[in-house]
Amino acid sequence: MYKIKKALNSQKVAPFVFVLPFILSLLIFWAYPLISGIVMSFQNIDFGVKVWVGPAHYLKLAHDKFFRIAVWNSIEYMALTLLLMIPIPLLLAVLMESRLTKAKGVWKVIMYIPALTSVVISGMLFRMMFSEADGSQMNRLLEWFGKAPIAWLKSKPTAWIALLLLCMWRWTGVNILYFLSGLKSIDDVLYEAADIDGASARQKFWYITLPLIKPTTIYVVTISVYAGLAMFLESFMLWNGNSSPKNIGLTIVGYLYKRGIEKNDIGYACAVGVILLIIALAINTIQLVATGTFKKEER
Amino acid sequence: MTASTAKVRTSHHTAGTIISTGLFAIIGFFIAFPLVAGLLASFHPGRELVQNGLSLNLDFKTMTLNNYKYLFGFGGGDSKVDSAKYFLWYKNSLVLTITTVILTLLVCYFVAYGLTMYNFKLRGFLLFLVIATMCVPFEILMLPLYQEVTGMKLINTNAGVILPGLCAASTIFFFRQYMVTLPRELLDAARIDGCSEYGISVRIMMPITKPAFASMAILCAMGSWNNMLWPMLVFRDAKKFTLQIGLNTLLTPYGNNYDLLIAGSMFGIIPILAVYLLFQKYLIEGMTAGALKG
Repeated sequence: MYKIKKALNSQKVAPFVFVLPFILSLLIFWAYPLISGIVMSFQNIDFGVKVWVGPAHYLKLAHDKFFRIAVWNSIEYMALTLLLMIPIPLLLAVLMESRLTKAKGVWKVIMYIPALTSVVISGMLFRMMFSEADGSQMNRLLEWFGKAPIAWLKSKPTAWIALLLLCMWRWTGVNILYFLSGLKSIDDVLYEAADIDGASARQKFWYITLPLIKPTTIYVVTISVYAGLAMFLESFMLWNGNSSPKNIGLTIVGYLYKRGIEKNDIGYACAVGVILLIIALAINTIQLVATGTFKKEER
Repeated sequence: MTASTAKVRTSHHTAGTIISTGLFAIIGFFIAFPLVAGLLASFHPGRELVQNGLSLNLDFKTMTLNNYKYLFGFGGGDSKVDSAKYFLWYKNSLVLTITTVILTLLVCYFVAYGLTMYNFKLRGFLLFLVIATMCVPFEILMLPLYQEVTGMKLINTNAGVILPGLCAASTIFFFRQYMVTLPRELLDAARIDGCSEYGISVRIMMPITKPAFASMAILCAMGSWNNMLWPMLVFRDAKKFTLQIGLNTLLTPYGNNYDLLIAGSMFGIIPILAVYLLFQKYLIEGMTAGALKG
């Protein structure tokens, strides 16, 4: 007994005791579902009976009209959120760091508040603001411009305004905070030296801020790519469930949910998941190679 | 510098200050808008929300406390849902959130401690795996995990919701980032004094890591309180619903429960808003930890 106690307390064994929960969790709740998901994507599953069907699901996916809409919507959403959620928060963070802005603490606290609201509550608020009723906020805005009220959530361009504004509303403040922490890590001496050399504000941004904030930018882009591709609940809330008119809000995860949970077609849904994983890893790899993250030793 | 150029520079600065601060004030207005509109709507009958949608309704004459009276069980309101259900969801969410935060932080702390304070062969590989798990979106694992949890008979249990997320890679990573900066000599000093390896991790290191615990606690509480997708799959029984799942069931196309929905939504933000306002300093540190090292 004493021996066991002593062995457990040695510096060779103790680290493994500490990391044991991670290893277990990794095997049970990550590796196993990942592998079984890939295996199931080659199977037909009916009430627990599994039949091997080979690549049949993937061949079917290639001609699935709804899957194509879903992939296109997800990629479009990801691209648009990247366009909106990287440059704007970065510029706002620079502006907030500058001496020009007063009452910084107040703005920081306020801008984070939307991120505290759940997707259920924020989605409900936006759904009501974009309601087709005459009295909804957006239709009142149209009325103010002398236009007739419209059904915002029933056609793609106007519905996507709601979807993108919801995303901006919730996450702009969070991204600003990320960029602010990146800006803090840049040495002030660099800016002072640039001032002595007579650099303009734009030059300082372009030649000091932008290159030195790159690690933060890469981090924010990476999480935005994943969040954009895996978007589901926002659309689920805006259209009260997983069916939007003409599938304007159908995303890859939405289709996975529809097939796997609503229609119990688990094999097919797993194939959708595998394709999502491939798209996510591909985009992430392209982005990391393009930004030179793998060439760390050169720095 | 002559007096006149100095004057030009200050007035230039003043204009910039007004523009820049004004911009943040405008953004602040747009951020507050939906929440203020929602708060005002919670003092109006729910059917107005169905008929008119949501807008800044400042008509004080029609404002009533009825929705909140109904919510707190004093009767009234048009809702068909028993308001006692709401507080059941609320209680479920509180229990789930508190349990999740305590367990996740403890487990992630010890894992990070093992990965930071010892040199062993597999360490680099395990760290790589921590990052690798972050690269696979949860949504991909969702279906197989659901089957697995069903097989383990954990459907409708808090354990089914908590266990798969217990070793949160981002939390482990954050604790590690924090502990890497701490001096390891402390450990050797404690060892000489006869403290066991586990005793050191609890009695020496844990108190020093308190700030990291604070910021992770807030992030974890937020995530858990607002979590929707995975609990929606695990909790099939209406008695086990969390607040978010419950609120979602009130959102019917006919809008017969909107009294409860709007008042309940506003009341549902309060706990997390309170935690945020009390601890927002720690939160900002916690959030930005991953970004610094890139």
